[in-house]
Amino acid sequence: MDFTLSEEHLMAQQMVRDFAQKEIAPTIKDWDRRHETNPAVLPRMAELGILGINIPVRYGGQGFDYITLALVCEELERVDTSLRVIMSVHMGLNSMALLQWGTEEQKQRFLVPQARGEKYAAYALTEPDAGSDPVRLRSTARRESDVYILNGEKMWISLATKAHNILVFAKTDPHAEPAHKGITAFMITRDMKGVTTGDIHGKLGVRAGSTGWIAMQDVEVPVENRIGEEGEGFYIAMSCLDNGRYTVGAGAVGLIRACLEDSVRYANERVTFGQKIGHHQLIKQKIAYMQQWYDAARLLVLRAGWMKNMGQRNTRETAVAKWFATDMSVKAALEAVQIHGAYGFSDEYDVERYLRNAKGAVIYEGSSEIQQLIQADYALGYRKDRPLRCELPAYDPEFWQNEG
Amino acid sequence: MHVVVVTKNTPDTAATVTVKGDGTIDWGDSLVVNPWDEYAITEAVLLKEAHSGKATVLTVGTDEHQEALKHGLAIGCDQAIRVWDGALDGCDSLGYAEAVAAAIRKLGDVDLVIFGRELADIATDQHVYQVARKLGWTMLGYVAKIQALDVAARSITVNRLTEYGTQTVRSTLPAVISVVKDINEPKYPTFIGIRKAAKAEIPVWSAADLGLDAAALQPRTQQLRYQELPKREGTVEIIEGATAQEKAAKLIDRLIEEKVL
Repeated sequence: MDFTLSEEHLMAQQMVRDFAQKEIAPTIKDWDRRHETNPAVLPRMAELGILGINIPVRYGGQGFDYITLALVCEELERVDTSLRVIMSVHMGLNSMALLQWGTEEQKQRFLVPQARGEKYAAYALTEPDAGSDPVRLRSTARRESDVYILNGEKMWISLATKAHNILVFAKTDPHAEPAHKGITAFMITRDMKGVTTGDIHGKLGVRAGSTGWIAMQDVEVPVENRIGEEGEGFYIAMSCLDNGRYTVGAGAVGLIRACLEDSVRYANERVTFGQKIGHHQLIKQKIAYMQQWYDAARLLVLRAGWMKNMGQRNTRETAVAKWFATDMSVKAALEAVQIHGAYGFSDEYDVERYLRNAKGAVIYEGSSEIQQLIQADYALGYRKDRPLRCELPAYDPEFWQNEG
Repeated sequence: MHVVVVTKNTPDTAATVTVKGDGTIDWGDSLVVNPWDEYAITEAVLLKEAHSGKATVLTVGTDEHQEALKHGLAIGCDQAIRVWDGALDGCDSLGYAEAVAAAIRKLGDVDLVIFGRELADIATDQHVYQVARKLGWTMLGYVAKIQALDVAARSITVNRLTEYGTQTVRSTLPAVISVVKDINEPKYPTFIGIRKAAKAEIPVWSAADLGLDAAALQPRTQQLRYQELPKREGTVEIIEGATAQEKAAKLIDRLIEEKVL
């Protein structure tokens, strides 16, 4: 067993770390305070190639592996969750779905510009009345000759007002039995007639990130924009989550690291009872736990990444990584605030932002409760992986790096 | 057009550096590309792109400096060369310059050599001038902008940052320049560059490869010891007063009393 990261991994990680630390960290607190998204972030991530990191070069990407995606997410969320969210929706939930399910024509039309960062991408499954139970979704897609007419409303959609391409799920057969077989996936573009979007304000965390709603009113979507077969949407949606959750888990690892690093720095500065607080056993205990959570969460995420590289199904392993890493990031953030005392309770330090941001990730992309059900169902034998018509391709350096 | 950028790794500027009892220094564990060289590497890549030329990143040192070379490749340099030989172990800046100059001569078609303004660890830049002297080329230090580079006409025009203002200088090529941070915004490595750098096998040129006599590399100066600067001790005194004017007056009195003014 080899735990070594390659030179490529380390250099890519360092590059993204430098970008996030130099260009985002100095002003992120102000953007977060103002509940605004820094408009320079997406174009800059596009320009640097981050938005296509693990997409094959032949599809406009950078040709790195799935492990690099995790390292990138860790570095981004080390600075702010809003940066990693971009990777979750643009890459994990949308671009990787195209890589897995898209036809060659769809890859050329949607994936290439997304991987190049010329177009931004989002994913719209959740609705006002359908979150953990997506089969309840009410959006409909009615076929009329060579178009589908989409109607419905999507909610809590990251980059809703920024993305050009949005992967939406709607029912082509609202009366299907079982109901999940009536769902179909479509790539809509935000400029289509009948699509309106807006931002949601008043969030507890990820305030520098864009979260919104999408309304579709008689939106004509060409048949060529249907991703996968009719009725295959639920399987596509779930496979997207195998990748989205991976990025969320990897980001949470970065958030734990943020809590740990900031706490270590503070514990080596702040003095109480005649010594730096790092010398007090109760502070040491908190630091020790953060280190343990970081190591364990990171290993779980990297195992899932390794499985992706190998082309192995990783639904359970990704889910457990996401569950553990995000739960521990909440705990780490709580402890980081505690270590910082009253300063941690104010936004003079970053740890209160970490705590507010951490709370989102135990809810979105499968709440911690859903992740627990998944683990239990696998263990009890109630759930088994079935082969998909299209699996996420294993990482093949030759294929990924050649111009094609 | 062939531009060579000379770089090395230096201790991380964020690291804690300690002078030990025996006069040697513990530089900390991590090394980074000499921060000033970030500008030099970027400038080399910008020039090679603008002039459809070639950029080479060069270092003299052990494999500890490999990362600086890989960084140069990842940013866009076409090739990297490391010069090392046991005979260079413990060499002084003159020996270092001898090796750099010999490598540049071996490359043969070099028009311009770029250095960062100094080495961040020991705050020295004499090696830059020594390289120019060894090559017999013009030396332009503290360059803040390359106004024009005309390879065909063998000329370079630069703005130099001096204590008294900006000086515009034109020189013939080939030349050696050192750059300050006004010259550009350092580039990040590109992902394609990273992959190229990770795969690159970097050649190591020995003293024999460069036709250098070990005797010429013998240090003529020796570093005897480092010494910690005496610790500055200070106290805080808060000047009280009813009005700002009263406080200011008291402050001035105190400063005069302490012979600061």
